Amino acid sequence: MMLELKNISKKYDPFNLEDISLSVEKGDYFVLLGPSGAGKTLILEIIAGIIQADNGEIFLDNENITNKRIQKRKIGMVFQDLAVFPHLSVKENIEYPLKNHRINKSIIREKVINISNKLDINHILNRKPTTLSGGELQRVALARTLVSDPKILLLDEPLSSIDIQLKNDLRKLLRRINKAGQTIIHVTHDYEEAVLLANKVAILNEGKLLQTGTAIEVFQFPKSKFVASFTGVRNFFPCILKPSYSKGLKNVIIDNSIEIKLHTDQTQGTGFILIGDNAIFVSNHKPETSACNNFLGEILEIIPANNSIELIVNVGIKISALISLESYENLSLFEGKQVWVSFKATNVKFLPN
Amino acid sequence: MKRNNALNLLFSILGGLVLLFIIAPLVGMFFSTSPNDIIETSKEAEVQKSIWLTLLTAMMATVFFAIAAIPFAYLLARKKFPFKKLVMGIIDLPIVIPHSAAGIAILGFISRDSAIGKIASEFGLNFVGHPVGISIAMAFVSIPFLINSARDGFASVPIKLEKAALSLGASPIKVFFTISLPLAWRNVLSGLILMFARGMSEFGAVIIVAYHPMIAPILIYERFGAFGLKYARPVAVIFIIVSLLVFVLLRLLSKEKNDVRT
Repeated sequence: MMLELKNISKKYDPFNLEDISLSVEKGDYFVLLGPSGAGKTLILEIIAGIIQADNGEIFLDNENITNKRIQKRKIGMVFQDLAVFPHLSVKENIEYPLKNHRINKSIIREKVINISNKLDINHILNRKPTTLSGGELQRVALARTLVSDPKILLLDEPLSSIDIQLKNDLRKLLRRINKAGQTIIHVTHDYEEAVLLANKVAILNEGKLLQTGTAIEVFQFPKSKFVASFTGVRNFFPCILKPSYSKGLKNVIIDNSIEIKLHTDQTQGTGFILIGDNAIFVSNHKPETSACNNFLGEILEIIPANNSIELIVNVGIKISALISLESYENLSLFEGKQVWVSFKATNVKFLPN
Repeated sequence: MKRNNALNLLFSILGGLVLLFIIAPLVGMFFSTSPNDIIETSKEAEVQKSIWLTLLTAMMATVFFAIAAIPFAYLLARKKFPFKKLVMGIIDLPIVIPHSAAGIAILGFISRDSAIGKIASEFGLNFVGHPVGISIAMAFVSIPFLINSARDGFASVPIKLEKAALSLGASPIKVFFTISLPLAWRNVLSGLILMFARGMSEFGAVIIVAYHPMIAPILIYERFGAFGLKYARPVAVIFIIVSLLVFVLLRLLSKEKNDVRT
């Protein structure tokens, strides 16, 4: 276990944390997901040492760092507003952590060059932060934190304030950094980020940790109503987009067996699909509708929900559908029954890796 | 729209009157002093000496007290502590009390009968009638300007930046010198200039602590008392010119420094 939080509590109006325990393994991409006001940033700041917890302990590589000073923790944090020093150039910003550790000048130069090549900011090293775009600032803040090789990289809403194109680029970059061995804890309110980046997810609400696990465990098997409604989409599956350059419908393949039709601007590659559970129709006979995706499968589970029924149907993949109580009775559904599941291509969302 | 224009006109006229009120006496004094008198007076050793002494003592007061006042301003900007409001009130005290009264208080504080005076006289030093005494009097009346301005400067530095620096491995003292102070520098420098300027122009407190050696404001007063307006004017004009030159120079320097923020 690399990082372990044991029973962390903190009164910090209005964000009070209650009995937070979690563990992060080396190389994990750990996403802390929750609505704003849940206390996500507070957890990061406690891990970084910026704020002291009232109770509980933090272990890093089996060392108790609960009371260790912030500048000795070797934990890097990228703040939501980035906190790039406005009076220093990009280069001086990146050098800043190295100069705190009495490192030889030539090594500092080398490290700055390496990290700026990696993050593609070598052309702006002499610029002042006020002249940079949001995406550039984001990279500078990342470079400044990564240059001192932190044991854990903490990211506070790193994708929240940049446009969609930059988001994709930055996501790729974060994934690359993680694949190179960097352990990351990433805080966000956006479940799509969690789906796309995390190998582990923790859901936080009102200062309490509701569920922790792999992304699939948490999204497909939410343990509470809040988790189910907050994460929103139960039907998400890793898939491969079949190469196609036509403008019309495209196909993704899941588990090498199921093909699903959808619309996307992407031409090929891997990713995830999301299907809204409200967008799925269930019927006893093959429907003759405009929906392109129709599958026959067996009802595995019937779960009563708020004024509705949730069905888990195995069509090769496990699809979750929400239907009304009336429909449930009209269709005379029972576990083990064969039913048709259908949904429109426009209700399938493709998220590229 | 029309009414707005009329209001602007009225306010501009009022503003012009205020400006005139400031400029007229100064310009009047300049015009009623002959250039010849100014040149002759500026050659006098007594005048030159007093101006140098004024600049030097004001500079000493500013530099020496800044060492403690700037960190104190940081503390005031960042920390909450009991009786903070009272402390802030105490800092403003020198601005509101009459400066002659301040002079009396300082004289009691540094005279040979006082504890500090006794220690100083052990080293053969008597603050009364000494440039150090003058500096202390100047500092007493001018230090609120530095503390208040520096405090505003530090308060405007986002705490996030200091936290980020700490998380990047900097010690608190390094954070102060590399992040907080450079980012608050505009206000700190402005405070230093104000303190220096206020110290230079101090008369009331200094005259009680040290009539001699004579700083420029006291020299002006003495010439006026002994010889009248005509003899006091050239010294006043020269001192004003020197003061203006010093402040223009300091402002220019501070402007260059300000560029670090952009």
